[in-house]
Amino acid sequence: MTFLDGNELAAPLREIFTVDLTVASGQCANCGRRCTLAEVRLYARAPGLVARCTGCEAVLLRLVRSPDRVWLDLSGLSYLEIARPPD
Amino acid sequence: MARAAVLGRLSWQVAQIAAVRPETDTARTLVLDVPDWPGHRAGQHVDVRLTAEDGYTAQRSYSIASAPGGPPALTVQRVDGGEVSPYLVDIAAPGDRFEVRGPVGGYFTWQPGDHAPVLLVAGGSGVVPLMSMVRARAAAGSRVPFRLLYSTRTPATVIYADELRRRSRDDHGLDIAYAYTRVAPPEHPRPPGRLDAVLLAEWGWPTEFAPNCYVCGPTGFVETVANLLVDAGHDPARVRTERFGG
Repeated sequence: MTFLDGNELAAPLREIFTVDLTVASGQCANCGRRCTLAEVRLYARAPGLVARCTGCEAVLLRLVRSPDRVWLDLSGLSYLEIARPPD
Repeated sequence: MARAAVLGRLSWQVAQIAAVRPETDTARTLVLDVPDWPGHRAGQHVDVRLTAEDGYTAQRSYSIASAPGGPPALTVQRVDGGEVSPYLVDIAAPGDRFEVRGPVGGYFTWQPGDHAPVLLVAGGSGVVPLMSMVRARAAAGSRVPFRLLYSTRTPATVIYADELRRRSRDDHGLDIAYAYTRVAPPEHPRPPGRLDAVLLAEWGWPTEFAPNCYVCGPTGFVETVANLLVDAGHDPARVRTERFGG
């Protein structure tokens, strides 16, 4: 199946966060690989958006939307490193 | 990592088509009038949402082709059987309205303050966000050396052909090369074929120049080119990619 990449997560994540998370880096909870969220493999032909690690293909993030809410599963990421806006 | 900016709430806005410009038989540029457009960076994209009379909506992402500082322009390639692109390429006319949200995406962007040499590698309509970078460079009067390597099927499928011809003459420090995959023009030095390591080595920058590389196109194209660049010794952190499926 053809995949896209994490750039496509920019707008869906900006619906709920005030910073651009695609430039944040994260670590895969399965293999430990670090990458920028924009670089992950993104599968969009699913009921939601599924992001997978470019190293081991483990699921990093799942995002499902309904008209009035969002489910965001980040259990595949052990952490995210996010630049802070200036005070 | 650059400092983050606090961003306003991302919401849908009404865009009105100010002008349309045919680019090829299957691609066209729409210049949009978006009130309160916050400005964009070269390489960013927007979401477009079309709503049918019965309320059905269809949504796609499109790269911005225009330089920062002006109105957003989208260049759309028709995808046969698509829900959005056939309307945007064949039917939409000046004065028509649809919804957009953005700009979004801070990763696949170039700013005039970046002084490293730049290699842009386009596969088909992957040239669109790269064209925004070429235009941004000219608009800023930047002297950063740019090379654009554009893989396309035939001379007739080159988007922005006239402008690229003009810029290769007038924009000092911008080199442009084409890799034709099916039909090359008679005078072209290379037979039709896919972009390969030899062409990337000839037309790219030596790794010791530490260029910023931007690769955009269909997923298979981007995977191939990004792997070739990394295999050639380029720092993976400097090889930025954007895939549009296909």
